[in-house]
Amino acid sequence: MADRSIYVEMKDITKRFGSVIATDHMNFEVAKGEIHALLGENGAGKSTLMNMLSGIYIPDSGHIFIDGKEVRITSPRDALKAGVGMIHQHFKLVDVLTTLENILLGYKTGLFVRKKEQKIKLQQLMEKFQLDVDLDKYVYEMSVGEKQTLEILKTIYRGARILILDEPTAVLTPQETNKLFKIMRRMKEQSCSVIFISHKMNEVMEIADRITVLRKGKTIATLEKESTNPQELTELMVGRPVDLSIKRIPALSDNIVFQVRNLSAVNEEKVEVLKNISFDMYEGEILGVAGIAGSGQKELCEALAGLYPIKQGEIIFKGENLAGKSPKEFITRGISMSFIPEDRLGMGLVANMDIVDNILLKQYHHSKGIMVQRKPAAAKAKEIVKKLEIQTPGIKEPIKNLSGGNIQKVLLGRELDSHPELLITAYPVRGLDINTCLKIYDILNEEKKRGVAILYIAEDLDSLMGLCDRIMVISNGEITGIVDARKATKEQLGLMMLGNKEVHHAV
Amino acid sequence: MITVAFFKAAIIAGIPLLFATLGEIITEKSGHLNLGVEGMMLMGAVIGFQVGYTTNSPLLALLFAAIAGALGALIYAFLTVSLRANQVVSGLALTIFGTGFAGFVGKSLMGMKMTDQFNYFFRDLKIPGLGDIPYLGEIFFNHDIFVYLGYVTAIVLGLYLYNTGKGLNLRAIGENPAAADAASIPITKYKYLHILLGGALCGLGGAYLSLVYVPVWQENITAGRGWIAVALVIFSGWNPYKAIAGAFLFGGLDIIGFRLQGTAIAISQYIFDMAPYVATIVILVLVSLRKSKKNAPPKALSEPYFREER
Amino acid sequence: MQFRIVIKSEIGKKKRVLIFLGSIIAALIVSGLFLAFLNLNPFQVYIAMLQGSVGSVYRIEQTIIYAIPLIITSLGVAIAFKMKFWNIGAEGQILMGAFMASYFALNYSFLPRFILLLIMFFAGFIGGAVWGIIPAFFRAKWGTNETIITLMMNYVALKWVVYLQYGPWKDPNAFGFPKLANFAKNAVLPELFGVHIGWIIAVLLTIFVYFFLNRSKKGFEIAVLGESAITARDAGINIFRTIIFAMVLSGGICGIVGFIEASGVEQTLTKDITGGVGYTAIIIAWLGALKPQWMVLASFLFAILIQGSSYIQSAFGISAYSAQLLEAIVLFFVLGSDFFTRYKLIIDWPSLLRRTKENGK
Repeated sequence: MADRSIYVEMKDITKRFGSVIATDHMNFEVAKGEIHALLGENGAGKSTLMNMLSGIYIPDSGHIFIDGKEVRITSPRDALKAGVGMIHQHFKLVDVLTTLENILLGYKTGLFVRKKEQKIKLQQLMEKFQLDVDLDKYVYEMSVGEKQTLEILKTIYRGARILILDEPTAVLTPQETNKLFKIMRRMKEQSCSVIFISHKMNEVMEIADRITVLRKGKTIATLEKESTNPQELTELMVGRPVDLSIKRIPALSDNIVFQVRNLSAVNEEKVEVLKNISFDMYEGEILGVAGIAGSGQKELCEALAGLYPIKQGEIIFKGENLAGKSPKEFITRGISMSFIPEDRLGMGLVANMDIVDNILLKQYHHSKGIMVQRKPAAAKAKEIVKKLEIQTPGIKEPIKNLSGGNIQKVLLGRELDSHPELLITAYPVRGLDINTCLKIYDILNEEKKRGVAILYIAEDLDSLMGLCDRIMVISNGEITGIVDARKATKEQLGLMMLGNKEVHHAV
Repeated sequence: MITVAFFKAAIIAGIPLLFATLGEIITEKSGHLNLGVEGMMLMGAVIGFQVGYTTNSPLLALLFAAIAGALGALIYAFLTVSLRANQVVSGLALTIFGTGFAGFVGKSLMGMKMTDQFNYFFRDLKIPGLGDIPYLGEIFFNHDIFVYLGYVTAIVLGLYLYNTGKGLNLRAIGENPAAADAASIPITKYKYLHILLGGALCGLGGAYLSLVYVPVWQENITAGRGWIAVALVIFSGWNPYKAIAGAFLFGGLDIIGFRLQGTAIAISQYIFDMAPYVATIVILVLVSLRKSKKNAPPKALSEPYFREER
Repeated sequence: MQFRIVIKSEIGKKKRVLIFLGSIIAALIVSGLFLAFLNLNPFQVYIAMLQGSVGSVYRIEQTIIYAIPLIITSLGVAIAFKMKFWNIGAEGQILMGAFMASYFALNYSFLPRFILLLIMFFAGFIGGAVWGIIPAFFRAKWGTNETIITLMMNYVALKWVVYLQYGPWKDPNAFGFPKLANFAKNAVLPELFGVHIGWIIAVLLTIFVYFFLNRSKKGFEIAVLGESAITARDAGINIFRTIIFAMVLSGGICGIVGFIEASGVEQTLTKDITGGVGYTAIIIAWLGALKPQWMVLASFLFAILIQGSSYIQSAFGISAYSAQLLEAIVLFFVLGSDFFTRYKLIIDWPSLLRRTKENGK
C-alpha cells in the first residue's frame, strides 16, 4: 500500500476543557481508501479529537489539512463541506421524525419538501453502498442497528467522504457488527476513508488497515495492522504491560439463595417487557446476563429490586416471597441493585451532591430521629475512597466533578458497604479503562468469595465469558437460555441474543 | 342564552388567546419555554394603544404592537439563547418587566378611548359566501379583519410547521438540538427568529385587547390571559390547528360569567369569573391523564443547548 | 464564527460575588440611563431611594414590614423549588391563608387574643397548605405540569376573595363600599420594637427552614427528589408522600404570610393583600440560591427597593411601576451574569479578520 495518498492531516491539535487538557498537541493522519482505527482508553482523547475534525468542538490551537489544503472547521456544516461526517455514540436523530425527514433535516430543498424526488436519489445511494433502511419508518420504532444504518446513509447523502464512527459496535450484537463491517469495507472500495474509534482490540485487529494509539491526550504511535499484535497495542494503550485475563473463581456451593418464578411485567404502554422469567441463583456464584440493549435488562434489574411493578410471578429470597413488597423492604433484606445507564446519569447517585450525601442516601433510613447524621456517612465516605482508590479532591466534592470511573466506584463502594447477600449490578464497567475494569472484577470476585450471589448484567461478551459461572441470555424480555460460561461461544450467545432458543445447552 | 351572539362573542374573546397561544407554540417548538407571554401581551397592548392613540393609524398601531412584543421576546432570547439563563425565571422576569412597562407607559392613557375611525377600521366585515351560511356564517365569518388575521395566522403556521423544510428544521431543534446542529441547521438564528416571531404574535394578541376588544386603556388589561395561553399550548398539543379550537373554547369560558349576569342563574358573576382558570386546571389534569407521543412537548424544551457541553 | 464560548473551570466564591455585584451595578447604570431619559438625575433618585427606605427609624420599620412577607414567602417557595417543583402559586396560597385566618378573625373575635391569634396562625397555614396540596396531588399522581396549575390557582383564589369582598363578606357599615369589616383588636398582631411580631415569626421560620433543608431527613429526601426522581425511588423514598409533604409545608408557610398580612398590616382581608409578594418571592428564592440566609438578605434588598420606590414616587412623581421595572432590570442582569460564572467568551481574531476582509472586497 505504498501509493496511499494522505487525505486528512491533523497537526498539533490542543483542546482544553476548563483545567483539563483533552488533547495535547496531537497529530493524526488518514489516507484515502483506508479504514483507520483510533485506539485508546476512555479519556485518551479519541472522541475529542474526532469532534474537532467534525466541527463539534473547535481546537484551541493546531491545524487541519484535507486533501493538502488547510481548512478551518468551526461547525458541522464546515466539516461536511470538507467531506467529513461523524456518527456519534449517541445518535443525532430526531425520534418523532421519519428516516426521510431526518435525512432531509437542514437540507436546502426550497419552500416545500419534495419527498418523492429525494426518495429516488436515496434509493440509488442505498444500492451503491448496500445500505438497507425503510425511509418511512419513525426513528422511535427502530432498533439500534437500523438507527446506525440511517446515520450512515444520512452522512453519506450529505456528501461525506470521510466517515468517522465513534464506538459503533458498543451497542450492536455480533451479527449486527458483522453487517457494519461489511458496510465499512464497501465504503473503502468506493475510496472513502473510515475512521473507527474503538477500545476493543479484536475488532480493531479485524477491520482496520492502520491503527493510531492515543493515551491521556497524546498520540502514542501509528502502526500497520500487519506488523503489530494485540499485546503490543494494549501495552501502548495502557502505558505498561498488563495481564488481560480475568480471573474466575469456582462457584462455592449449591445452596440456592434466590429463586425467580414466572416473573412477568408490563410497561406503561401495556407492552409485556418481561415474559415468564424463571431462574435460580446459588450462594457465591456470578450469574451473567447477556442481551441486546433494551431487551428487558433494566426492567429485570428493577423488578428484582422491587422498583418495577410486576404483573405476576414470585421473587423468593431465602425462602421468602418478596413480590409486591416496597423497595425499602428489598433493601433491608440485603438485596442491592446498581445500574449504570449509558449516559451514567440517574444511576442511583445525585450528581450535584457530594460523596458524603450520596453515601448517606442509603444510610439515613437506619438512623434514629428526624435529623440526618452526616458524621458516620463521612467516615464511611473516607473509608470507601481509600479502599477503592477513588480519585477526588475530597469527600465534599460534588460527584459530577469526578471522572466516570470514579463515580462508578463510589456507587459500587456504597452498594457493597451495605453488605448485601444478593448483588445485582448492571454494566458496572461501562466506559471504564482496563485497569479500573480489572479492579472492579477483583472486587466482585471478593464478594463472591464471601458467598454473595451476584447477578452481573453486561454488554461485553468477553467479560461475561471470563468472569461468570453461568450466562443467562435474554431476548425481548424472555430467557432464551442459560449456559455454562466455560463452554459458551460468542456465536452461540449472539444467536440466542437474537431470540434463537434452539442453540442453548441448559446446565 | 347560549345563542349565536354568544358563540360569536366567544370567538372575539378567543382571538387574543389564539394569537398568544400561536406565539407560544412557535416559541416552544424552538425548545424555549417563554413564561413571559403575559408580559409581552401587555407590552403589545400598551404600545399598540399608545401608537394608535397618537397616530390614529390602525396599521401603525398593529405594527408597533408586534414590534413591542418582539422586543420583549428579544430580551428573553438574549438571556436564554445567548447567555443560557434559566428559562423559567427569565420568563417570569419578562412578565414582571412587561407588567411594569405597561403600567408605566399606560399611566397617562388610563381611561382613554380609541376614536371612531379606529372602530370603523375594525368593524365587522361579512365574508361573501361563507358569511351567508346559516348560524355558522354569523359566528365565524362576520368579524373584524383582526379575527380573520387570527385564522390565517393559525393556518399559515400549521402549514409552515408541518409542510415546509424550515418547519421541519424548527421541530428538529426543539426535539434534539444536537441532531439539528449535526445537520448544519443554524440553531441560534432559528431560535432567535422564532422566539421573536412568538413575541410579535403575543404583542398582537395584547393589541387586540386594547384596540378592539375593550377598547379603553385599563390597568392589567390582560388579566392572566397570557398564562391561559401557556396552558392552551399544552391543551392543543403544540399544534396550531388545534389551538384555534382551544382558544375559542376558552373565549367562551371567559365571557360566560358576564353573559350569565342578570339571567335566571343566581350565581355571582365573581364565581363565574373563575371559570377560565378552573377550566384550565381541569384541562391540564385531563391532558396529563392521556399521554401519547404525538401530543408530547418538544423533547428539548427548556434545556439550553451548548455544542461543547460534555 | 467570530466568537466562541468555552466552559470555565470552577470559579471561587469571591469571583462569584464580584460578578453578582457587577451585574447589580450594571443594572443600576441601565436604570440610571432610563431615569436620565425621564429628565431625572439618577444619583439623586438612588440616594432618595436609600433615604426613603433606611433614612429614619420609622422608614426602617416600614422597610422591615415589607421584608417580612418577602422573607417568609421565599422560604415557603424555596422548599418547593428545592424539589424542582415550580410553585408559582404563592400569591394564591397567601390569599387562601389570609381568607382562612380572616374567617376566624371575623367570627371568633370573642376568644382571648393569644388563643385567637394561634388559631388564626394555624388556619392561615391550613389555607395555604390546601392550596399547595391540590397541584401537588396532580403532579404526584399524574405528572401534571404544576407551573400553570399553581398559577391558575392564584387567579381562582383572587376571584374568591373578590367574591367575598363584593358579596357575602361585604361590610354592611361601609356605605356600600366593597370592603370587609376591620378586625377586632383581639385579632390584630401585637407590636414589638415598633413592628408587628410577624418579624419574630420570620426569624423563627428562617431558622426552621434552614435546619429543615440542611439537616432533616425530610429535607434531604426533598433535595434528592429534586435532583433525580429515579435516584430517589431507588433509595426507597416514597415520591408521592414526599411531594405532598413538601407542598403542605411550602403552601402552609405562604399561608402564614396571609395571616400575618391580614392581621398585622391590613387588619382586614382585601384582594390586594399580597401586593405581588408571591411573584417577588420567587425571584428572591432564585437569587438567594434557595439558601435561607441569602434569601433574607435578598428580601431586605427588595424591601429597600420597594419602600424606596414608593418614596420617590411622591418625591419625584415617578410611577409606582418604576419599582417593578427596576426589579425586572436588576433581575435581567443577574440572570445574564450567571453566564460569566460558567463560561468564557473568546473572540476568534483570525476568523473575525478574515470575515472583515471578505466583506471589504
